[in-house]
Amino acid sequence: MVRFTLDDQEIVVPEGITVLEAARRSGIFIPTLCDDSRLEPFGGCRLCVVQVQGIPRLVTACTTPVAEGMRVQSTNEEIERRRRTIVELILSDHPNDCMVCEKAGDCNLQELAYFYDLRTNRFYGQRSQRLVKDQNPFIERDMEKCILCGKCVRACYDIQGVGAIDFTSRGFTAKIAPPFEKDLDCEFCGQCVSVCPTGALMSKQSLGKGRQKDVQEVDTICPYCGCGCNLTLHVSRNEVVRVTSRPDTINEGWLCVKGRFGYSFINSPDRLKTPLIKKDGKFAEATWEETFDYVATRLGAIKSKHGPDAIGGLSSARCSNEENYLFQKFMRAAIGTNNVDHCARL
Amino acid sequence: MTNSLAEIENNDVLFVIGSNTKESHPIIALRMIKAKRKGAKIIVADPRRVPMVRFADIWIQHRPGTDVALLNGMMHVILKEGLFKKDFIESMTEGFDEEFRKNLEEYTPENAAKITGAPKEKIIEAARLYAGSDRAGIYYTMGITQHAHGTENVFSIANLALLTGNLGKEAAGVNPLRGQNNVQGSTDMGCIPNMYPGYQRVAIAAIREKFEALWKVKLSEKEGMTATEMIPAAEKGSLKALYIMGENPVVSDPDCTHTIKALKKLELLVVQDIFMTETAELAHVVLPGSSFAEKVGTFTNSERRVQRVRRAVNSPGIAMKDSLIIIELSKRMGYEMNYPHTVEIFREIGQVWPALAGMSYARLDDGGLQWPCPTPDHPGTQYLFKGGFPRGKGRFTTVMFKPSAEQPDQEYPFILTTGRQLFQYHTGSMTRRVKPIDAISPEAYVEIHPEDAGALAIEGGSRVKVSSRRGSITVKAVVTKRPAKGMVFIPFHFKEAAANVLTSSTTLDPIAKIPSFKVSAVRLEKA
Repeated sequence: MVRFTLDDQEIVVPEGITVLEAARRSGIFIPTLCDDSRLEPFGGCRLCVVQVQGIPRLVTACTTPVAEGMRVQSTNEEIERRRRTIVELILSDHPNDCMVCEKAGDCNLQELAYFYDLRTNRFYGQRSQRLVKDQNPFIERDMEKCILCGKCVRACYDIQGVGAIDFTSRGFTAKIAPPFEKDLDCEFCGQCVSVCPTGALMSKQSLGKGRQKDVQEVDTICPYCGCGCNLTLHVSRNEVVRVTSRPDTINEGWLCVKGRFGYSFINSPDRLKTPLIKKDGKFAEATWEETFDYVATRLGAIKSKHGPDAIGGLSSARCSNEENYLFQKFMRAAIGTNNVDHCARL
Repeated sequence: MTNSLAEIENNDVLFVIGSNTKESHPIIALRMIKAKRKGAKIIVADPRRVPMVRFADIWIQHRPGTDVALLNGMMHVILKEGLFKKDFIESMTEGFDEEFRKNLEEYTPENAAKITGAPKEKIIEAARLYAGSDRAGIYYTMGITQHAHGTENVFSIANLALLTGNLGKEAAGVNPLRGQNNVQGSTDMGCIPNMYPGYQRVAIAAIREKFEALWKVKLSEKEGMTATEMIPAAEKGSLKALYIMGENPVVSDPDCTHTIKALKKLELLVVQDIFMTETAELAHVVLPGSSFAEKVGTFTNSERRVQRVRRAVNSPGIAMKDSLIIIELSKRMGYEMNYPHTVEIFREIGQVWPALAGMSYARLDDGGLQWPCPTPDHPGTQYLFKGGFPRGKGRFTTVMFKPSAEQPDQEYPFILTTGRQLFQYHTGSMTRRVKPIDAISPEAYVEIHPEDAGALAIEGGSRVKVSSRRGSITVKAVVTKRPAKGMVFIPFHFKEAAANVLTSSTTLDPIAKIPSFKVSAVRLEKA
C-alpha cells in the first residue's frame, strides 16, 4: 500500500495505481475524455492534468502512478484554466449540433462544455468535414465528432483482440479509420460504440429512437449464450431501443454483436400474439379459454387411453429457472411421467 | 464450470479444446485474451483454425473425433516424464491403478500423432505446458461432447485434470462453457428425464418420496426419455403427445427429415414459443409465450451464477407469461399450482434443492450468486471441490480411443462438422429476425479447404450440393483454410439449408444420448 496526499486528504491506495484511479476511489472528480479504467492509460486528452508538489509542470493523472508521500492538487485556478482551454480547443473543431445529436444528454464533451460554460470560443479555423460513408449495418461513424481519444482503438485491439481500426494520418488530418479508410469489416461487437465519449460512434439501430433522458433503463441478463452477460435494456414506449452493459458486472460491460445489437426480435412484427388451434390443416386464432380446454382435454384423453408415459415434454434453455421448474413439475406431477428433457445436447 | 469466469484471467495455462470460444462465447473469450495479456499461455486443440488460434501459443489441429487419442497421448507424456501430481492423486483420487496406467502406454506421442494427424512434437509440448503449470484450466464445449463417444471425451478431460491436480483450486478446473443462456438452469431445475431438481435421482425411492411429500402427489418410478429418444418414440407411435416450450427441434435436432416425420405422427403436438418456428408450424396448438424482456425470474450462467431477469416491456397481443400458461394448464389437468408471484416459485426451488436454499431475489440483486449457496449468509461458491469431491474421491476412468461411428468412405469422403458462427444464434428464430444481423450473415455456407475445393473444381461463392446418407442441402461454398483438408464445416442456423438434414439421429452417445454432430460423412458436388 502507498500513502499520499490528494487535496489535503491523506489517502492509502494499493501500489501501482494511477493518481486518477486513486482519485476515483476516493470520490474526487477529475475530468477525462480518454480514460477508462478497463483500458490501458493513454494520456491523450490532457484534461486530467494535476499539480504534483516538486514537479514544475502539470502532469496527467491518468499516466502518473501514485508514489509514497506524493502531494497532489486535483484542482486550482491554473489547472481549471488549462482544462477549460483544452475543452475549448476540442470544441473549435466540433460541430455545434447538440440539438440534433443522438448523444445529447449522455455526452461527456457536452457535459464539460456546460461545466466550463463555453458559450463562445476563442479559437476558430479549419473544420473537419462530416463524412458518413459506412454501409455496414451496425455502426455509424461520424468522424466530425471524433476527438481522437483513442478509446475505441484500445477497446478494439486490447480487449476484443481484433484491431479493426487505428489512428491514421497526422496533425489536423489525423483520424481513426479501418485499413485504407474503408468500411468497418469486423466482429461488430460495438465495444467501440460503448466507450466513445461523444457522438462519433453510434448504433445505427438506435438512431432517432429516443435520447437517454427519455428511456427507462432495465438491468437484466442476455438471452443468447451461456456467458450470462449483464444487459441494460433501454426502453422507450414499450420498445427496447438500445442495449448497454455496466462496467461493474461479470462481463465488465463488454458485449458481443448478438448481445449488443441483436435485440429487435423482441418487438418483431412476427411475434405470436394469440393462441392458434389448427383446424383442417390451417391455424385459426383462438381465445385462451378455448385453447386451455382443448389442450387439457386432448392431453387428458391421451393419458387415460395410453398412460402418462405416452406424453413427453421438452422444456427450454431460453426460459427462466422458475419456468423450467414449473415445466418439469407439470410433467411429473400433473401428467405423471418423467419424459421431460431440454436441448442441452443440441 | 468448476471454476469462475473472473478466474480465467489468472490462469497460467488455458487449454481450450473443442470450443470456438471467440464466436460461441465471445465474452468468455475476452477473459482468455485478458489472461494472455497478463502472460498466460494458451493451447487450442481444434480441427478448425478457429479465431482463438490467433491467440494460441500452441495449436493442435487434430482430426474430428480423435480427442481421446490426443488427451491420452498427452497423459502418456505426463506419466512418462513424471509431470503428474503424486500427492493430489494419492489423497484426492481413486482409480489411478495398473489398468489406467497400462491403457495409456500404447498412446505414445507417435501413436497419438498417427490417430490425430497432429505432429507428435505439439502433443508433447502441450502436455509439458499444461502439466508444468500450477494453474491450468480446461475449457470445452460441444466439440468434446457432440460425439458418439462424447461422455468418454469428457472422462478423458477429467482424467487429465485429476492427473495434474487441477481441480479444487482457484484459476484451474474443468470448465464446460454452456451454450445457451439458461441451459445450466434447465438442467439444475430437473428438466432431465432421470433427475428431479438439483440432480436428485428419480430412481432413488427416498428422493422420490421426498418429492411426493412436497408436491403432494404420487410420482412415476420410471426414468423418462431424453429428447433424442422421444423423437424416435414418436415415430414408432409409443409417444402420442409432445408439449414443447421454447425449442425448435426441427432445425436443432439431428436428421430433420426424420424429426419432421416423427412429429407429424403425434396425436397432439403443443408448441409454446414467441415465433412461428418450423416446429410450431407442425403443431396442433400454438401457445404464444413471452420473451426474456417481458418477464421476471432468474437465469443461471456457465459459472453457476444465478442472476435476476427483469421485465422491460409488455408482451404483444394476448401472449402470456410462460409460467402462467403452465400453471393454468396444470390446473385444468387437475393439479393445482399456487404461486401468487414468481418469487414463490424461486422459494420452492430453494426448499427442494439445498444448493439454492440461501438465495433470495433480494440477495441476487447485486450481481447474482454462484451455487452452491446453502444458507442466507453463505457467499456462494466461486469454485467447486475445494477440499474434496462430493462422491468422496475423484475417479480416474480408463478410456480407449474409438473411431467415430460414421467414417468417411469412397461415397461420402468428407467429414462434416456442424456448429455455430458469431453472428447467428442456434436455430435463428431470434437473430434472423434482427435486420442488421441478417444483413451481415444472410445465408448458410460450407467451409471447404482450398485443396479439396480445387480437386472438385468448386469456386468460392458458388453453389455446392452437400449430401449425406440422410439427405442433401445446397449451400454457398466458402473456400478457406479454416477447416483441415478432408473436413467441411456448416453452421446449423439456417432453416432453408439446415445442416441437420445431413446429421444422423442414430449415432448417439450410449450414456448421454447426445448426437454426433461433429462427425458425419458427406459428399460434395457442384450444384
